[in-house]
Amino acid sequence: MNAAQSSGVFGLGPTGLVVLAVIVLAAAGFVLARARAMASAGGDARRLHSLPNYYGYNAAMMIAVPALGVLVIWLLAQPALVQNAVLDLIPQRAIAEGSSINLVMSDVRRLAEGLDVAVAAGALSADEAADIVATGTDIRAVLGNVGVALGSDVDPEILAAAQEYRSLSRLWSWVMVAVVLSLALAGMAIALRSARAGFRARNAVERGVLWLLILAASLAILTTVGIVLSMLFETVNFFSLHPWQDFFLGTTWAPNFRGNSELSILPLLWGTLYIAFIALVVAVPIGLFAAIYLSEYAGPRLRSVAKPLLEILAGIPTIVYGLFALLTVGPALVTLFGRGEEGLLGLTWMTGATSVLTAGLVMGIMLIPFVSSLSDDIINAVPQSLRDGSFGLGATHSETIRQVVLPAALPGIVGAVLLAASRAIGETMIVVLGAGAIAKISANPLEAMTTITTRIVSQLTGDTDFASPETLVAFALGLTLFVLTLGLNVLALYIVRTYREQYE
Amino acid sequence: MNDMRLSERAVDAQNIKIAARNVQVYYGDNHAIKDVSVDIEDKTVTAFIGPSGCGKSTFLRCINRMNDTIDICRVEGDILIDGEDIYDREVDPVQLRAKVGMVFQKPNPFPKSIYDNVAYGPRIHGLSRGKSDLDDIVERALRRAAIWDEVKDRLSAPGTGLSGGQQQRLCIARAVATEPEVLLMDEPCSALDPIATAQVEELIDELRQNYSVVIVTHSMQQAARVSQKTAFFHLGHLVEYGETGHIFTNPEDPRTESYITGRIG
Ligand SMILES: Nc1ncnc2c1ncn2[C@@H]1O[C@H](COP(=O)(O)OP(=O)(O)O)[C@@H](O)[C@H]1O
Ligand SMILES: [Mg+2]
Repeated sequence: MNAAQSSGVFGLGPTGLVVLAVIVLAAAGFVLARARAMASAGGDARRLHSLPNYYGYNAAMMIAVPALGVLVIWLLAQPALVQNAVLDLIPQRAIAEGSSINLVMSDVRRLAEGLDVAVAAGALSADEAADIVATGTDIRAVLGNVGVALGSDVDPEILAAAQEYRSLSRLWSWVMVAVVLSLALAGMAIALRSARAGFRARNAVERGVLWLLILAASLAILTTVGIVLSMLFETVNFFSLHPWQDFFLGTTWAPNFRGNSELSILPLLWGTLYIAFIALVVAVPIGLFAAIYLSEYAGPRLRSVAKPLLEILAGIPTIVYGLFALLTVGPALVTLFGRGEEGLLGLTWMTGATSVLTAGLVMGIMLIPFVSSLSDDIINAVPQSLRDGSFGLGATHSETIRQVVLPAALPGIVGAVLLAASRAIGETMIVVLGAGAIAKISANPLEAMTTITTRIVSQLTGDTDFASPETLVAFALGLTLFVLTLGLNVLALYIVRTYREQYE
Repeated sequence: MNDMRLSERAVDAQNIKIAARNVQVYYGDNHAIKDVSVDIEDKTVTAFIGPSGCGKSTFLRCINRMNDTIDICRVEGDILIDGEDIYDREVDPVQLRAKVGMVFQKPNPFPKSIYDNVAYGPRIHGLSRGKSDLDDIVERALRRAAIWDEVKDRLSAPGTGLSGGQQQRLCIARAVATEPEVLLMDEPCSALDPIATAQVEELIDELRQNYSVVIVTHSMQQAARVSQKTAFFHLGHLVEYGETGHIFTNPEDPRTESYITGRIG
């Protein structure tokens, strides 16, 4: 909305300008504070408490941080405040017609922004936009010309509200500019006054850095909490529309957008776990053996080639593996096990190229480099002195690996396997392309099944109505998946921490 | 070859356990051991002393062929144990290492129980005829390493949970459990406090009853306390070898003298 209020220079709105100004002030503060500190020490940097640049950093920090912080908070709070002020202008009559206050407000915002765009595009002058009257001009046509489509003709009340919205926004934006700039100037004054030889600028900057790091860490944690909370919120909505008994204990997954769906997680959970299980059966032995070979037997030349190669393999996007499942592994399994007519084994067991086995095998292949790379690091971390001790007692290389190296590495390897499991459970693209879309509980790995992740995708794509249980179930599924993988990760960490041998 | 062996037999028929002849060791291009010949006696503690990097560990590791595990290491010359060339093609280094035990500088118990640590060698080599036999072997080894009384109540506790000195004695017990004939020790006390060092030294003196012990040490006092024979290495050469008392009181080579008096080190 701020870029749209293009009353500024260089096409920048008040926000852009004020950011630019703060940056310029911070740069000036840096130079001035540094110079002042040097001058107070008589030009001899050794008489300063800190290196000269620290005085500059301190000033830049004092100028920019409070000003920009207030700016961010202001930008987040202003729309809500302005909206509240405008609310009174909208008569009850405009709302009553089968809509809600929120929809009307979004019309107001749209219109206000449309007018701003029109001014920016030169279709209206700023004065015209401010004086425009609903009956006199065809606003819809004018705005349509600059690419802002309005749903219906414009009500005079709505137009009045939109005008009020514009002028309030403009007013508060300029107040914001004033506040932010004065904060920056105040910071500059304080920083410059304290830029004297005895001032512990280094410690002040250190504290600033500390707060920056704390801010980053808490942002990371807060976003996670936010994601979980939003999922939790939608999940609660879902359970108010759909019985939890059916979700957790039912046996059928049959979403029906006309209502009356059966939405049970069990068939999906079964498919997820079955595919993940097959993937681990493939990936864990192969990955582990590869890691043992690479870390214990392979020469340094082979290692230097094979290790990066494996890591590249781990970086291939999973959609590529999905294509591999769809185009290669699925048809190969069909040729082997037969569909309709007999396959190479003289059987007709498959019903299609998509099956639990297809997805499981390909997911296993995807996980091999993951498992082997992690295990390789873990095996390498086992101290050489343990191997020497075992060799010194007359053990062979493989006895040493089996009886000393692997037991010592076991907690780490179990952790790696659990991490691989949580990746397998969360994997989406391979199962979309390889496993099929039929939700059922069956022990036959040659049948198509489906997983939690693919159902989340299919429930949320296409025409969705965010008030129906068929859509909201996606959040319940997502939350379950989150809890499942979180549990696995916590367990992995717990095992690694508890059973890790403390070397040194 | 054969003549030499005969002549040795004539001189010291039972006493020579290990005979090294013109041993050269290379790490890539680095010539680490230069033409070393030495006779090590049975039921004797032999100390290797010398400044850091002079090749003591390298030579020690030749005696049980631990150098085979280092890719770039090459050994030339002959080392005979009881008259048999251990670098002969017929000799399996793995079998050899059961006969020539080794204790390392840093205690390195396996992340297993105390019992399993000691039982490791006997199990690998099939030395026991059953559970109770294995129990006996473990107890005997732990007693011989003078640690039985401290651990007999917690044999199933992890070996890594012991103190440094206890860990080192556990490693010695682990080495003697396979009934070796020679025990090689590479600075076994350098990671230990004085009390633990005294315990290990006492133990070494007892082990002499049954084994030929070769110990690398940095401490001249330790060499003087525990050994009967001393070999002084310098820059890959064996400079002087003889009775410990003789070497410490009356060294023949000026390099030995300056090392012992602390002028090179
Ligand atoms: N694993 C190895 N790889 C390459 N060079 C080594 C290795 N071990 C020892 N050396 C070299 O061999 C020489 C003798 O080392 P070492 O036998 O460990 O000496 P000491 O035990 O007497 O201190 C040194 O020059 C050392 O750098
Ligand atoms: Mg050494």
